Amino acid sequence: MKIILYMLQKEFRQIFRNKGMLPIIFVMPIIQLLILSNAATFEVKNLKIYFNDFDKSTYSNRLKSKFYQTDYFVITGESTSRQMAETQLSRNTADIICEIPQDFEKDAVKYGFSKIFFKINAIDGMKAGLTVNYAQNILEGFLLEINSELSYKLSSRISTPRPKNIRVNYSNWYNERLDYKTFMVPALLVLLVTLIGGFLSSLNIVREKEMGTIEQINVTPIKKYQFIIGKLLPFWILALFVFTVGLLCTRYIFFIPLAGSLMVLYAFAAIFVLAIMGIGLFLSSVTDTQQQAMFVFWFIVVIFILMSGLFTAIENMPVWAQNLTRVNPLRYFMEVIRMVVLKGSGFNEVKIHFLIITGFAIATNSIAVWRYRKKS
Amino acid sequence: MKRFIAFVKKEVFHITRDFRTMLILFGMPVAQILLFGFAITNEIRDANIAILDHSKDHISEKLTNKLLSSGYFKLDSYLKSAEDIEAEFKKGKIKLVIVYGKQFGENLNRFRSSELQIIADATDPNTANTLINYTQSIVRDFVASLNPGPPAGIVIIPEVRFRYNQNLKGVFLFVPGLITIILMLVTAMMTSISLTREKELGTMEVLLASPMKPIQIIIAKVIPYIFLAFFISMIVLLLGYFVFGVPIKGSLLLLLFELLLFVLTTLSLGILISTIAKTQLVALMISVMGLLLPTIILSGFIFPIENMPRILQWISNIIPAKWFIIIVKNIMLKGSGLDMVWKETLIILGFAMFFILMSLKKFNIRIG
Repeated sequence: MKIILYMLQKEFRQIFRNKGMLPIIFVMPIIQLLILSNAATFEVKNLKIYFNDFDKSTYSNRLKSKFYQTDYFVITGESTSRQMAETQLSRNTADIICEIPQDFEKDAVKYGFSKIFFKINAIDGMKAGLTVNYAQNILEGFLLEINSELSYKLSSRISTPRPKNIRVNYSNWYNERLDYKTFMVPALLVLLVTLIGGFLSSLNIVREKEMGTIEQINVTPIKKYQFIIGKLLPFWILALFVFTVGLLCTRYIFFIPLAGSLMVLYAFAAIFVLAIMGIGLFLSSVTDTQQQAMFVFWFIVVIFILMSGLFTAIENMPVWAQNLTRVNPLRYFMEVIRMVVLKGSGFNEVKIHFLIITGFAIATNSIAVWRYRKKS
Repeated sequence: MKRFIAFVKKEVFHITRDFRTMLILFGMPVAQILLFGFAITNEIRDANIAILDHSKDHISEKLTNKLLSSGYFKLDSYLKSAEDIEAEFKKGKIKLVIVYGKQFGENLNRFRSSELQIIADATDPNTANTLINYTQSIVRDFVASLNPGPPAGIVIIPEVRFRYNQNLKGVFLFVPGLITIILMLVTAMMTSISLTREKELGTMEVLLASPMKPIQIIIAKVIPYIFLAFFISMIVLLLGYFVFGVPIKGSLLLLLFELLLFVLTTLSLGILISTIAKTQLVALMISVMGLLLPTIILSGFIFPIENMPRILQWISNIIPAKWFIIIVKNIMLKGSGLDMVWKETLIILGFAMFFILMSLKKFNIRIG
C-alpha cells in the first residue's frame, strides 16, 4: 500500500509539474465541450433556395412566399435563367433550386395537375434528404391551402361527400424543441473522458520507456500490480474530474437537467474509464515510442467514435457493422449517458450495459497487466 | 546537395523503420473509408417502433401493416396501456410509439375523420423528425387509398433531382474530408512530433551542430512526409474511385497542385508547433486538441458550417482545412476549374506564406 502511495505521489508531481500539460488537461476539454456542442449539429436550417420562376403567377408567388415564411429556407435569388441557377448551385450559394414551370397555375386550375422541379446539391447526402423533406412539407402546406379554398368555392355549388381524413398529432418526448445540443452534449462528455483517460494512460509508460526511466522503476522491488495501479489511479482520478466538470457544464451552461440518478452515471463512468485505461495501458506496453502509442490509440479511438452512435445512429448500420459495435466500449457509455441524463433510465434499464462494461474493464486490464514485462 | 540527400535518407529510415506507425498510417485511411462507405449512414431503416392500439379494428390493422411494410419501421412490441410507453422508451430500444385511439376505424367511417397519435423519442432530434415525416407521408398515402376516385383538388408532383451525388452516398462527402485529415495528421502532427522528438531526446543538438543550415535540416526532415502524405491521399482517392465510385470530375493536375499547396501550409504549421512544444506529449496534445479536433469539427468535414453559431462560422474562416475541403469538393465532385476556386486557393496560399514566415522566424530565434 505504501509503495502505491509513493507511486501516486510521483505521478501527480509529474503531472502538475508540467505546466504545458495542465491547461491541456483541464481547460481544453471544457473549451472543446463548448465549441463541439455548438458546432456538432446536423440541424438543417437556413437552406439557401434559388427560384427559377417561369410562370410568375399568383400561385407561384404564393408558393415562394411559403418558402419565405419558414425558418428552414432563405431565399437567395430568383431569375428565369437555368444557367444562372446552376452556377449558384455549383458555387454553393444555393443548396436547392426550385423551378416553377410555365403554365404552373394554368395547368393546376385547368387540369388539377401540375409539376414542380427541385434540384438539390447532394454532396452531403443527409442534408439533401432533409432538404427534400422540408421542401415537400411546404408544398403539402401550399396544396392544402389552395385546395381548401377551392373546395370552399366548389362546395357552394355541388355537394360532394367530404373525403376521409386521418389527422396525425405528434409529440416529441424528452426533447420537445428538438434541440440538437441536448442530444450531443452528454455524448460529447464520453468523448472527452475517453480522450483524456486514453491518451494520458497510453502515453505514460511508453514515455518512461522512451526516456529510459522505466529501467529505474524496474530495478525497484515494486510489484507489477502496484506499478500498474500507481500508473492508472492518477489518470482515473483526472478523467473523473474532467467528467465532473463536464457534468456541471451540462447542467449549468447548457441547462440540460439530469433526469436520472447521478450515482448510476458515476458508477458507469468509473468502470468505463477503467476499461479505456486498460486499452491505453496495453498500447503503452506493446509500443516503443510515444509517437507509435499515440498513432495506434488515435486509430482505435477514431474507429470507436465513428462506430459509437455519437453522430450516426447504430440502428441505421448494416447488421455486420451493428455486430461490430458490440465490442466498442464507447457505444455502451453513449447509450447509458443519453438514457440516464435525458430519459431518466434507472439501474434496471442499464444493468446489461453495466455487466458488459465491467467485462471490458476486467478483460482490458488483465491483458495489459499480463503483457507488461519488467524486462525490456 | 549530397549531404542534404543523406539527411533525407536518414529521415526516410526513421519513418519506414517504425513498422507499426506505417501500418497505422496506411491502415487508418483504408479502414475509415471502408467504414464510412459501408457502415455509417444516416439513412433510417428498420427503426424499432411499438404500437398501442386501443381500437384493434380492421382499419387500424391495415394502417399498421402499411407502416410496417414500408421498410422504415420494424415492430418491436404491442403495448397494452399508455403507462407502458414511458417504460419502453426508458429501455432505449424503440424510437416511436403509434397510438390509435378508441374507435379509430369507426370514427373514420362515421365522422369521416379520425386521429392518430405518434410519440417520438426525441433525444435524437433528427431521427425523431425524420421518422415523424415518414409516418406522416405513409398516412397520407393511406388516406388517399381510402378515398377512391380522382383526387379532390389540385395535385402537384414534385420532381426531385439530386446533383453531384445521385444516390446520396455519405462517402462522397467523406472522401475530400478524409484526405484533408490525413494530410493534417501526417504533415502537421507527424512532423511536429518528430521534430520535438529530436529535441526531447537531445539529438537536435547533434543535427544543429552539423554543417547544414537550420533551414536545410527542416526541409530535409519534411520531404519524406510530403511524399508520404501524397501517397496516402492517392490511396484514398483510388479507393474512393474504384470501390465507391466517387468521381474526379475536374482536372487531376489542379487537384495535385492544391494538395501540394495545402501540404505546405500544414507542414509549416507542424514546424511552428514544434518550435513551441518542448516534449512530444505537449506537441501531441497541441496537435490533437488545437489542430486536429478543430479541423474535424469546424472545417465542414462532418458538420455543415452554415448551421453553426455566427462566432464559430467566423472562427472556421481561419481554419485552412475549411478552404481546402471546399476546393477538393468542387474539383472532384463538381468538376470546377481554377476559375471557380481561385479565391480559396489564394486564401490557402496566404495561410502558407504566413505560417512559413512565422515558423522560420520562430525557429531562428530558438537557434540564436
